[in-house]
Amino acid sequence: MNTASQDERVKKISSFRQALVRPELGSIAGTIVVFCFFGFLAFDSGMFSPRGIMNWSTVSAQFMIIAVGACLLMIAGEFDLSVGSMIGFAGMMIAIFSTTLGWPVWAAIIISFLLCITLGALNGYIVVKTGLPSFIVTLAFLFILRGFTIFFPQLIERKTIIGGVSDAAEGDWLGSLFGGKIGQPIFQWLADQGLINVFERGSRAGQPIVDGIPALIIWAILLVMVGHFVLTRTRFGNWIFASGGDAQAARYVGVPVNRVKILMFMFSAFCACVFATCQVMEFGSAGADRGLLKEFEAIIAVVIGGALLTGGYGSVIGAALGALIFGVVQQGLFFAGVESSLFRVFLGLLLLAAVILNTYIRRIITGERS
Amino acid sequence: MSSPLFEIRDIQIHFGTVIALGGVSFNVNAGECHCLLGDNGAGKSTLIKTMSGVYTPSKGELYMEGKRLNFKDPRDAIDQGVATVYQDLALIPLMSVSRNFFMGNEPTKSLFGLHLFDHEFANTVTMDEMGKMGINLRGPNQAVGTLSGGERQTVAIARAVYFGAKVLILDEPTSALGVRQTANVLATVDRVRKSGIAVVFITHNVRHALAVGDRFTVLNRGKTLGTAVKGEITPEQLQDMMAGGQDLVELEESLGGTV
Repeated sequence: MNTASQDERVKKISSFRQALVRPELGSIAGTIVVFCFFGFLAFDSGMFSPRGIMNWSTVSAQFMIIAVGACLLMIAGEFDLSVGSMIGFAGMMIAIFSTTLGWPVWAAIIISFLLCITLGALNGYIVVKTGLPSFIVTLAFLFILRGFTIFFPQLIERKTIIGGVSDAAEGDWLGSLFGGKIGQPIFQWLADQGLINVFERGSRAGQPIVDGIPALIIWAILLVMVGHFVLTRTRFGNWIFASGGDAQAARYVGVPVNRVKILMFMFSAFCACVFATCQVMEFGSAGADRGLLKEFEAIIAVVIGGALLTGGYGSVIGAALGALIFGVVQQGLFFAGVESSLFRVFLGLLLLAAVILNTYIRRIITGERS
Repeated sequence: MSSPLFEIRDIQIHFGTVIALGGVSFNVNAGECHCLLGDNGAGKSTLIKTMSGVYTPSKGELYMEGKRLNFKDPRDAIDQGVATVYQDLALIPLMSVSRNFFMGNEPTKSLFGLHLFDHEFANTVTMDEMGKMGINLRGPNQAVGTLSGGERQTVAIARAVYFGAKVLILDEPTSALGVRQTANVLATVDRVRKSGIAVVFITHNVRHALAVGDRFTVLNRGKTLGTAVKGEITPEQLQDMMAGGQDLVELEESLGGTV
């Protein structure tokens, strides 16, 4: 054991090192840097006008929703590569049930949620029972679900995009929970007071350009809050850390590791379904290619947020900030007029930097030496 | 004489056609440290797993205070007062000491029907219990990974003691430690014993065993060769017995016919 004679020598640690051990630190620093950067580069471009803020907030909120699920799952020691396909699948199910089959939208949404959560449980069950890496099992589901998402609409309607959900969702109570906006009166009031911009011409003249907060953002904030609370304040949260930190050790002391992992797969699927429902309600349609690559974007946000790929360590707040960085950079480069392909270059570099930092932090915590 | 706190009688474990344990008996009293010595392959791991409820014996019984014990699973063994500290300690390096201490037994306070982790209580208890074992933590939030091997061992022992262990089984607690760390752990074992807990100390290191043990039982090829009391046996004799009992005849005399 390499720690045999360390106790005298590492007694004193600086508060800097102690702060470094908090998983959120990297993403807090990253958030500040990113905002400063775009504050200089794109301040005049409208990025920080109400409309601009709403733009990158919405994009960030999308990342946040799936990042929360991916974060808790990663801390529990597993991956879910089927998130992106799950988004496509869930959206397609809602569209098929509500338009093709003519079910009420609320029923379509509920049945899609049940389907996705069941599939998530199946993912988890296979991983737990076979002991195979979740990487492989969920990779299989990535293809299986994507395949069905393309197959079903072609079989039923001979096309890969199913529209008309907007009309069906008109006045639907559950649909508006995902596709609506809240706070319209406040924004209208702000507009009337001349505090925010209004449309000057056209049929919506006099109405504020930003007329409410999309339900998507509310969902993101809600999920982040619930996720953070469960992880840090409940006994179940301790079980999530324990399951990912060392499943065998956790089992010895009576933690129901398998149940925890399966539940986290189900939660990841739930988050994907929230994402998909918001998207379908917003666009009014479902496409077979929706959610492509989202699983990687979720994992990147979580890693930027300080979680370890090996599990047992991470933070939901960190993951949420990772998602914020992601959204701000993606939209900020657009506002700043930078070629959008460079976003991917930046993303790759950011990911690499985050992983290197996390590995370094891990060494500090565990006292490992390379 | 009253019955010992914990006793196992003629335990046999068969895996298919292999006899892993072929008749193991020993007992341990409250406040006593009983060392089980055995070389690799002697059946130590199998015996530990039997005492901690992982395996059910094919033959033989376990008794606690004269009452027959039947463990359904490891959890059941812990509930009945038999706690095992495995070699890998069941501690998670990335988690804080207090989160580790209460892992699987989280103290909760109720808030609107939710089971909240009572961090305040957990932190206080962790600091207290570790203090009792002579370890001053930097804080309850210190990650276990930053502790030394000996300190980790102590966390695992303190945890078992806090959760009501009457019998504490230690699986090679000193095998991976340096000299000073070993001394600290042996001091911890001594402290635990003096608090009235029965300690079963499994090791292959004769010197460590003699340092804290009250009685010694040697395990060889799945059988107990006999029990000696402290002072009646020399390190060399124990060593020879573990190595295969070539000098068994000579040893029988010194063991007082208990073979």
